[in-house]
Amino acid sequence: MAPLPRNTVRDALSVAVTVGAYGVAFGAASVAAGFSVLQTCIFSLFTFTGASQFAAIGVVAAGGGAVTAIATAAMLGTRNALYGIQMAPILEARGVRRIIASHITIDESTGVALSQKPHGIAAMRVGFWVTGIGVFVFWNAFTLLGALGAKALGNPASWGLDGAVPAVFLGLLWPRLENTFLRVVAATSMVFAMLVTPWLPAGLPIIATALVAVVMGWRAR
Amino acid sequence: MSTATLWTVVLATSALCLAIKLFGHYVPGRWFANARLQRINALIPIALLSALVIAEGVVTKTHVVIDHRLAGLGVALAALFAKAPFPVVVLAAAVTSAVVYHLH
Repeated sequence: MAPLPRNTVRDALSVAVTVGAYGVAFGAASVAAGFSVLQTCIFSLFTFTGASQFAAIGVVAAGGGAVTAIATAAMLGTRNALYGIQMAPILEARGVRRIIASHITIDESTGVALSQKPHGIAAMRVGFWVTGIGVFVFWNAFTLLGALGAKALGNPASWGLDGAVPAVFLGLLWPRLENTFLRVVAATSMVFAMLVTPWLPAGLPIIATALVAVVMGWRAR
Repeated sequence: MSTATLWTVVLATSALCLAIKLFGHYVPGRWFANARLQRINALIPIALLSALVIAEGVVTKTHVVIDHRLAGLGVALAALFAKAPFPVVVLAAAVTSAVVYHLH
């Protein structure tokens, strides 16, 4: 039996608290976009994948339609399926545990688990479960806090929420820009989104930008 | 948006995002072996997150608008270059945006 991976638990918990605290921003932004506190909490409990949640409420806040909001969120969520493919053989979870493992398969739980590879499979599993459950608990608690806070505070622009949301997306984008090609994809997407904005109904330019990914990913590089 | 539409967004988004996660855990990995599909899938978050930065930062309805949000975005960019932690980036953007909003 390997010793309890203490550093793994510490890493996982620090990720869980930092990322979870960020649920405040989601809770507040969701209420400002017009969702109720209950709807906001259901997002965090059952959608439970930050970028998709922010995308759904972002499209609604921008005046986009329901289908655009749902489709954008779902497309952002597809990466979680790829994480699941990587994690399933490592976790070997069965029954209810497998369903719970699926639900907490997100950027952070997968990231911490894969970072523990040098410490063996037990550490990877601990990293996954502690991060996933930890983020879930903190993310939901802070979502409720943010939603209630936004209700109490009123006009979101006067306390900077409408400036915080684009920074959230920039912060989610930043660590993904690992090489020049990916930075070119991001810059192209931004220019494309700006160019189509006056020509498409509100919210649609966001999902239309997926075309940039299809075109730029079509050929091997 | 009506209450019913908002509920549709909440419930459909939740159902789809959970289904996608379950799919990854229950479907054989070889279904995803197509290289082109993987390349495109890797680029989709980058494209959509980039578009969301624009949509939330410099767009109002169907117009590109420069206002207090762009000031916040500029500070966020500087913070990211300075390797500031995530909460600092967001908080700095919020404070800057609020200050510029009140100055106008």
